[in-house]
Amino acid sequence: MDRTPIINIKNVSAGYSPDKIILKNINFTVYKNDFIGIIGPNGGGKSTLLKVILGLLKPLNGEISYKEKSYNKVNIGYLPQINTIDKDFPIKVIDVVLSGLMNGNPFKRFSRPEKQKAIDLLSKMGLEKYQNNPISKLSGGQMQRVYLCRAIINNPELLILDEPNTYVDKNFEKELYQHLIELNQKMAILLVTHDIGTISSVVKTIACVNEKLHYHNSNIISEEVLKTYNCPFELITHGHIPHRVLDNH
Amino acid sequence: MQEIISLLGFSFFSNAVIAGLLTSIIAGIAGTYIVSRKIVFISGGITHASFGGIGLAYFLGLNPFFGAAVFAVLSALGIEWSTQKAQVREDSAIAILWSLGMAIGIIFVFLTPGYAPNLMSFLFGNILTVTTTDIITMLALTVLLIAGITLFYRLILYIAFDQEYTKTLGFNTTIVRYIISIIIALSIVMSIRVAGIILLLSLFTIPQAIANIFTHDFKKMIFISIAFSFLGVLTGLIGSYYFNLPSGAIIIFTLIIFWSILKVTIKLFRTH
Ligand SMILES: Nc1ncnc2c1ncn2[C@@H]1O[C@H](COP(=O)(O)OP(=O)(O)OP(=O)(O)O)[C@@H](O)[C@H]1O
Ligand SMILES: [Mg+2]
Repeated sequence: MDRTPIINIKNVSAGYSPDKIILKNINFTVYKNDFIGIIGPNGGGKSTLLKVILGLLKPLNGEISYKEKSYNKVNIGYLPQINTIDKDFPIKVIDVVLSGLMNGNPFKRFSRPEKQKAIDLLSKMGLEKYQNNPISKLSGGQMQRVYLCRAIINNPELLILDEPNTYVDKNFEKELYQHLIELNQKMAILLVTHDIGTISSVVKTIACVNEKLHYHNSNIISEEVLKTYNCPFELITHGHIPHRVLDNH
Repeated sequence: MQEIISLLGFSFFSNAVIAGLLTSIIAGIAGTYIVSRKIVFISGGITHASFGGIGLAYFLGLNPFFGAAVFAVLSALGIEWSTQKAQVREDSAIAILWSLGMAIGIIFVFLTPGYAPNLMSFLFGNILTVTTTDIITMLALTVLLIAGITLFYRLILYIAFDQEYTKTLGFNTTIVRYIISIIIALSIVMSIRVAGIILLLSLFTIPQAIANIFTHDFKKMIFISIAFSFLGVLTGLIGSYYFNLPSGAIIIFTLIIFWSILKVTIKLFRTH
């Protein structure tokens, strides 16, 4: 296994205001070829962690270092959690996919081969006939596939997916995981999901995020891992009972 | 027809046609951005806040459009700042800005000795009073808008669609949003002459609603909006010349008639 680190997070604390800390003292390294499943309760800070990695949210404390010096040079593909997007916006499906190729160039024009690449990806996801449709014509699950195309079109080194299986039917979910396993040959993947049943057969390792981050260096979701996953529910019912934190093994 | 062609000979009339065309282009581009991003209410706030600038400029004996531009740009930046900071639309803050601008404007107009002869034309628009200086200013803004949207089309489109994602592509989306909001504010101010503060927003939204009947593509929406907007402006121009009615009102009226006819026609075709 290639142990070249792509991203290194050191003692990072983050939140949307200094008086409400969402992530506390996170230490986390993403290596080349990693496929990490990130699980945790709603509001546990999974999306927040991704935003910190993507440079969308400045950490309150600690530091993040990337393989290269500045964030812009690490090629990251991102599929955001769906509930933030406006489906009425007048934009064509293919144009959404192409946005993944902007590469920080404000004058960007897309060439024929680039457009062809977007069409090929859409075909792979079974959406070629929608390429010139407005996004409002797509269902939620189809939209998720479009966002997956957008995330991978630039061949990123790291692919970050925030609950890509939302709205996706069981058939395509299987296909989606197959695509991800294939993509993992070329890129590291961070996958946030609540689907703990299926991911253990897909991801290589697991991290549980609930204010703190517990990294589990295996894909076996044992009772121990589930206990960590469930700890906030215990906290709610029984007050501040100290809970077990898994060691790295 | 003969009569209309001979009218073009009069400089005030051809000025009005040119001003109408330029306003259509300005409103077509800026309005498509406004409608797509669903910031119509914000734009309404900016429009009405600019009246405060008009009143103050009157009082101080300055060019009212200069006052309007200063107020519009400042309020646009203020709103953009608060949405970027809080990540939410602050509806009540916009409503306060909206009425505050109008209140300031009215107070200063009252304080100004004599009376404000053009007040009505600021509120309702009068395309027949457009001067050559107005046209030059409008032309400059039109060139800026066309150049901006042509050069940065993709960037503007993607920031409007999904700002957060575009930020991950390595763009300073915050600065771009501030620049866009300044240009939107100026576009609004430059359209006051033709449509007036009270009716102006319709010129930035109804042509887009018409365009939306035909397309759901940002670029096509711009072109179709400009075409319908110009058609509406021409009708308004003829109406205000022959019947001596405020141009803004006739323009809006025409556009709404277009919109209703098209909506009904499409509905009939769809159900058969
Ligand atoms: N933009 C924001 N501004 C302020 N607070 C936020 C913002 N986004 C999230 N939060 C808060 O941060 C906390 C963590 O949210 P986050 O979205 O990271 O959770 P999550 O683990 O991704 O949950 P889910 O499983 O529901 O997606 C929550 O308490 C949430 O209310
Ligand atoms: Mg989330």
